[in-house]
Parts: sequence; structure tokens; C-alpha cells
Amino acid sequence: MRSVLVGLALVALALAVAATATGSRDTEFQAGACAKANLNLLEDGRLTLGTDNPAFPPWWGGGETRKPWKISNPYSRQGYESAVAYAVARQLGFSKRQVDWRHVPFAQSYRPGDKDFDFYMAQVSYTPARDKVVDFSNAYYFVNQALVGREGTAIARARTRSALRPYRLGAQLGTTSYQYIVDHIRPSSRPLAYRSNDLAVQALKNGQIDGIVVDLPTAFFVTAVQVEDGVIVGQFPNRGGRERFGMVFEQGNSLRRCVNRALNRLWANGTIKEIQTRWLSRAAGAPVIR
Amino acid sequence: MAIAVASTLVFFGALAFLVTRSPGWDRFKAYFFDWSLYRESFPEIAEAFLINVKIFLIAEAVVLVTALGLAVLRSLPGPVFVPVRALAIVYTDLFRGVPTILVILMLGVGMPALQLEGVPDSEIFWATVSLVLVYTAYVSEVYRAGIESVHPSQDAAARSLGLSRFQSLRHVVLPQAVRRVIPPLLNDFIGLQKDTALVSVLGVVEVLNQAGINEAADFNGTHYLVAATLFVAITIPLARFTDWLIARDRRRRQAGGVTT
Repeated sequence: MRSVLVGLALVALALAVAATATGSRDTEFQAGACAKANLNLLEDGRLTLGTDNPAFPPWWGGGETRKPWKISNPYSRQGYESAVAYAVARQLGFSKRQVDWRHVPFAQSYRPGDKDFDFYMAQVSYTPARDKVVDFSNAYYFVNQALVGREGTAIARARTRSALRPYRLGAQLGTTSYQYIVDHIRPSSRPLAYRSNDLAVQALKNGQIDGIVVDLPTAFFVTAVQVEDGVIVGQFPNRGGRERFGMVFEQGNSLRRCVNRALNRLWANGTIKEIQTRWLSRAAGAPVIR
Repeated sequence: MAIAVASTLVFFGALAFLVTRSPGWDRFKAYFFDWSLYRESFPEIAEAFLINVKIFLIAEAVVLVTALGLAVLRSLPGPVFVPVRALAIVYTDLFRGVPTILVILMLGVGMPALQLEGVPDSEIFWATVSLVLVYTAYVSEVYRAGIESVHPSQDAAARSLGLSRFQSLRHVVLPQAVRRVIPPLLNDFIGLQKDTALVSVLGVVEVLNQAGINEAADFNGTHYLVAATLFVAITIPLARFTDWLIARDRRRRQAGGVTT
């Protein structure tokens, strides 16, 4: 009986130790170089993040609830990127009130000069060439490109990349989507590069182009909201390695290591999967264009 | 001479020293002056530049004619032509006032959106039309200045010799007017050549968009330097050519003797 009691006590003790151990992991994480006080920040005690405006679903959400943000509100913690950003912020020890968002156009995120953000999130894909100029965090999303056309047009029946060659295609300027057209579809007529996705969508509606290439989650937004008769013709398998989104940092910013640790943990404990299920699950299935 | 050389050396030396000693110089240099990237992207961007060349060659040829027409309309004398002059003035005010990029956006996005049968969809077509509309307004003012700089006695003399109003315009006024406005005309044409880059807003992968695409692909701005080189490379020969035209013209006119 006594031995049982001792045994129970030991188990309880062990559980308690385990509980405090797991409970203290967050605080342990906040010690050392990645302690909140030691982080390399633009503004002490605050996390200043950048993204483009307007910010589009499903990456961002919450509607137009805060000026000057259009379409979505990054402060809302709704939408995939906003949710991931706040999860990372929490890992680093910031409350949601300690996170600020700045409007930074994509091109401004990498051009030389002082960055007015700690890190930048706007579906920026990692490439080795880009990595020479800025620093990327580990992946927070693995992305596939997809083709959007209009229902009832010939392009909507295409099942292979070679079948897409005769069509006029477009994408947003400077995106990996545009690069995908040039490198892997190689259409016979020069693809068009638009300043914004909206202009590309407008051209698709006008019939000036037959299809636009965007990332798959965006394709679901485009077909659901922006183009009435829009249809996802299919998604493209990755060529030459998986394409991934990373947060953009000023080169050499020591904050990146801490963000990477936070991301690793969010992948490991399933948080990122949860956020994906919540915000991007609709973007899962689409026929594959071989 | 020695002072000029010394002051030039000191001035540019100090400038170079200041620029290269600035804290961001290394990053600036890496971002804008990557020579291996320059050589690598030159052929690609030069090919895209052909679209700009095509657009301005066509636009310039059309503008030369339409602007002259507009200037003549605006110079028509007498009360009968009041509505014509009024229209010409409204046109000039409107198209000089609206930013070129807006005209291109409105026509390039708007006209195809109408989905009218027989109306072209081509972005390049509408961009060229926009540039023609805007630069017709500018250049017609240049022509008008030239026409008005010809002394009225010239016209009066021509008319008194029995030339009709049109003949006087054609053979007496315009030849003198156009000769006088060649330098400002060139100014506007250089402006037009540079404004072909605005066509990029319609998605056409011309020189600026190609440079932008390349910039975003490897986060390096050297591609813009390539684009800048190409624009300068066509502007400078054109400027020298115009200088030569003017000089030749002066020689011919003064062939009978010069008073200095």
C-alpha cells in the first residue's frame, strides 16, 4: 500500500515536472538571444510587420475594418498570412496589441535602403537569386501555381501544358507566376505582365487574354469573387523543387533566426496545419495540368 | 585653362569621394551596377525595347501630321471658324491636362471592355492611340507658336501676290514656321519616346516591364540601368541629327553671305 502511494506520488511528481517542463518551454524560448528584450527590432517592444495594400483573401481577411487597409485588415488575424504572423508573434512573446502593420509595396520590400518593417509577408516566393539580396525565413507555405480561365472558352478544356501554348496568358508583374508562364508553359505569343492582379483579372474579363496564372489559393479567390464565369483550369505540378513562401528580412537581420525557431515549432506542433485547414482548405483540390 | 582643369578635378573628385563613402554605397553598387547581370540581361531587354521603338516610330509619324492639322485649325482666322477654334482649344486643354498614364489606362482598359465588334483589343494599339492623342495636343502648340512667329506681313505679301489663303499657308507661312520649331519639336519627340514606357501599365512586356520582371526575379535593379542605356542610346543620335539638320538649314539659307 505504501509503495503504491509512493508510486502514485512519484507519478504525480513526474507529471507535474513534465507539465512545468512543457509549460516553461515558451518562457525558455524567450530567454537568450531570442528573448523579447534581445530581439533586433525596429521599435523596442513592438513587432513591426509589412504587407501590400490591398491585401487579398484567402491570405488576408477581416474585411475593410481599419484604415487605410483595403479589402482585408491585417490586424484582424484572419486569413492565412495574418494568422501565421500573429502565431509567430505570440511565439516571440508579443501580444496582439504589440504588432503593427505597415503598407509596403512588394518592390519596396527588397529595394536597397532602410526597411521600415521587421519582416514582410505578401506571398513572396524564395528563389536563390532573391536570397542574395534579402534574407528569407523558412517556409510558411508550399505553393502551387494555377491557371484561371473563363467557363466555356477553349482554354478551360486544356489538360496539358503543351495544350496551353497557343493561348494569350498573363500574370502579375515580377511574380513567380509570370516566371512559370515564361519558363514552363512557353506560349507562342508573349505573355502579359500586369502591375496588379486586378489589372490581370480585368484583362481576362475583357477577353484580352485567355488565362491568368496565380497561386492556387488566389485562384480560388479570383474565381469565387472576381470573375463571375471564372474557372480554375488546373494547378501545375512544381518543377525543379517545391516553391515556398518565406518572410522577407533585411539581409543579416538576427531576428530571422528567432522567427525560424518559432516557425519550426509552429510546424511541429500542428499550428500551421490548423491555420491551413481553417483558411486554405477550399484551395486543396484542383485538377492537375501535366 | 589650368584653373578649369583643377577645379573640375577637385569638384568631381570630391563628389566621387562623397558618394562612394556613403554608408549604403556597397549595397547601392550591388543593386544597380552588377555588370555580369547587365551583360546577361541586355539582349532580353533590348528585344523588349523593340516594342517601344515600334510604338514611337508609328506615333511620331502620325503626330507630325495630326498636330499640324490641329495647329492650322486653331490658327484659322475670322468669326466663321469660332466653333473649330473652340474645339481645337478644348482638345488641347483636355489632352495636355490629363496625365498620359491615365489616358493610356482609360483607353487601354476601357475600349476593349466595351467589347464592340470591330474595335481592336490590342493593348499596343490603344497605347499608341493614347500617345498620339496626348502628343498631338503638345506638338500642335509647338506648331502654333511657329505659325504665329511668322510675321503677318509675310502672309499679306503672299496674298497680295495672288496666292490663296491655303497656298500662302502651304508655301509661305508653314515652311518658315516648321523650320523654327524643329528644336522644340524634337523635345516633344524625346518626351514621346520616353513615355512609351507608360505602356507598361497595360501589361505589355516592353522595356520597363521586362526590366521590372527581371528586377523582381533576382531583386536587382541593374536591369533598369539597361533600360536607361537603351533610351539614352536612341535619344543622343536623334539630338545630334537634329543639330545637323538645323545647321545645314542655316548654311543653306545664309549661302548668299553672312553678316556677323
